[in-house]
Amino acid sequence: MRYSLWSLLGNAIGGHERWPRAWRSPEPKRFYDVVIVGGGGHGLATAYYLARNHGITDVAVLERGPIGLGNTGRNTTVVRSNYLCDDSAHLYEHALKLWENLSHELNFNTMFSQRGVVNLAFTRHELAEMERRAGAMRLNGIDCELLTVADLKRWIPILDTRDTARHPLLGGLVQRRGGNARHDAIAWGYARAANALGVDIIENCAVTGIRQHGGRVVGVDTSRGHIAAGRVGVAVAGHCSVVMGLAGVKLPIQSFPLQALVSEPVKPVLHTVVMAGHVHVYLSQSDKGELVIGAARDNYVSYAQRGSFHLIEEQLRALLGLFPVFSRLRMMRQWAGIVDCAPDASPIIGKTPVANLYVNCGWGTGGFKATPGSGWVFAHTIVNDEPHPLNRNFTLERFHTGRLVDEAAAAGVAH
Amino acid sequence: MLLIPCPWCGARPDSEFASGGEAHIVRPPQPDAVSDEQWGRYLFFRENVKGVQRERWMHAQGCRRWFNVVRDTVTHEIKAAYAMGEPPPQAHR
Repeated sequence: MRYSLWSLLGNAIGGHERWPRAWRSPEPKRFYDVVIVGGGGHGLATAYYLARNHGITDVAVLERGPIGLGNTGRNTTVVRSNYLCDDSAHLYEHALKLWENLSHELNFNTMFSQRGVVNLAFTRHELAEMERRAGAMRLNGIDCELLTVADLKRWIPILDTRDTARHPLLGGLVQRRGGNARHDAIAWGYARAANALGVDIIENCAVTGIRQHGGRVVGVDTSRGHIAAGRVGVAVAGHCSVVMGLAGVKLPIQSFPLQALVSEPVKPVLHTVVMAGHVHVYLSQSDKGELVIGAARDNYVSYAQRGSFHLIEEQLRALLGLFPVFSRLRMMRQWAGIVDCAPDASPIIGKTPVANLYVNCGWGTGGFKATPGSGWVFAHTIVNDEPHPLNRNFTLERFHTGRLVDEAAAAGVAH
Repeated sequence: MLLIPCPWCGARPDSEFASGGEAHIVRPPQPDAVSDEQWGRYLFFRENVKGVQRERWMHAQGCRRWFNVVRDTVTHEIKAAYAMGEPPPQAHR
């Protein structure tokens, strides 16, 4: 069923009891041309673009639980492409361009809102880095503007821009095409659109083994039986080392908890995304009125989906330094997701030492924004058995050649 | 919060410590003699264990000494701590 004003009116008359399921819940077949392991945004987007861009519809997406409950449902929903390195800029900008038309493309409201992403500078060096990044972004054809303190005061009136502020500001950088999207909608929208093209979305199906024959992947063992596959793509974020370990493939990845929290809902008070890397907090206000506030990640390996309390304290201390107006705001919920971090804070999308087995991981603390672009290039990589030009420099080989895409050094913490 | 047993200072909160990641990674004795493949493996590739992992910690805001810890990365339970250069306790080898 196509969602439209007419379908909405028709179902309103019917008391909203006759909406069809957005995607089927099929029994897994015994063979698929392509099996995607991981039913988060990246896996579902990959399945969708396999069908839409390449006409490959004999595809299954296997998800251990219900779809979209991992990092897709746990991030802070920021979308941007303000990267320094050319390779990253092109990849994330491709994703941002896909975001701009995604609601139409999927016939599903992703609530994409280009409210702007503002980065704040508190030191001369941060300001110099921003000027450099703005130059790089312009050369890559990506919109950005440097802001003075006066601009910031006008743009975000509740920001403490006084000289006597806890964190005196020196300036900022804004990407106005950046913003937020509804995180769940991206999983549901891609699932529904992929399903409509014939993809099987198989929930509650944990992968327990990856079968190989002669150095070539031939299928996966799951909690719902063996599924043979021509090709297997793995997009499981924090658990990539575990799943790829089933195939004997070791990765340059460590998994860490990354936390976020939301406040009680309040009236509209913040109309843009604010990121303060130096004091380490970033936030936006959701359409429900809650402030969605991101924190630093813990610095030790964990699969526990919970973070340290002292990081919350630091995050809120930074928040109140910037926005004293929030001092009496109460926090409602806190959670963590397990993020897969590569040494250079850039993703890994490409082939593996096992033929016909592909990996998409290493998105670290910033994978949500890339979801459409990630699916696009991963589908291409799986179909052609070689990377798309956009992920050519994001393969595993870079950890042997030394050609890293070092956003960790380039842009610091904000990923 | 983790309560990390520093062998010299006793149990202290994890905010005093810096994690050094996986322990017992051996630097190739002759870096010039290994291939790019092997060197990349040494520098970047990690087990990233889900379960019991042996890892290095430094008491950054205390005695500033390095030591090893055996920790479960799912439950965060710390099973043992032992000095740098020592082999892991028998049960966790």
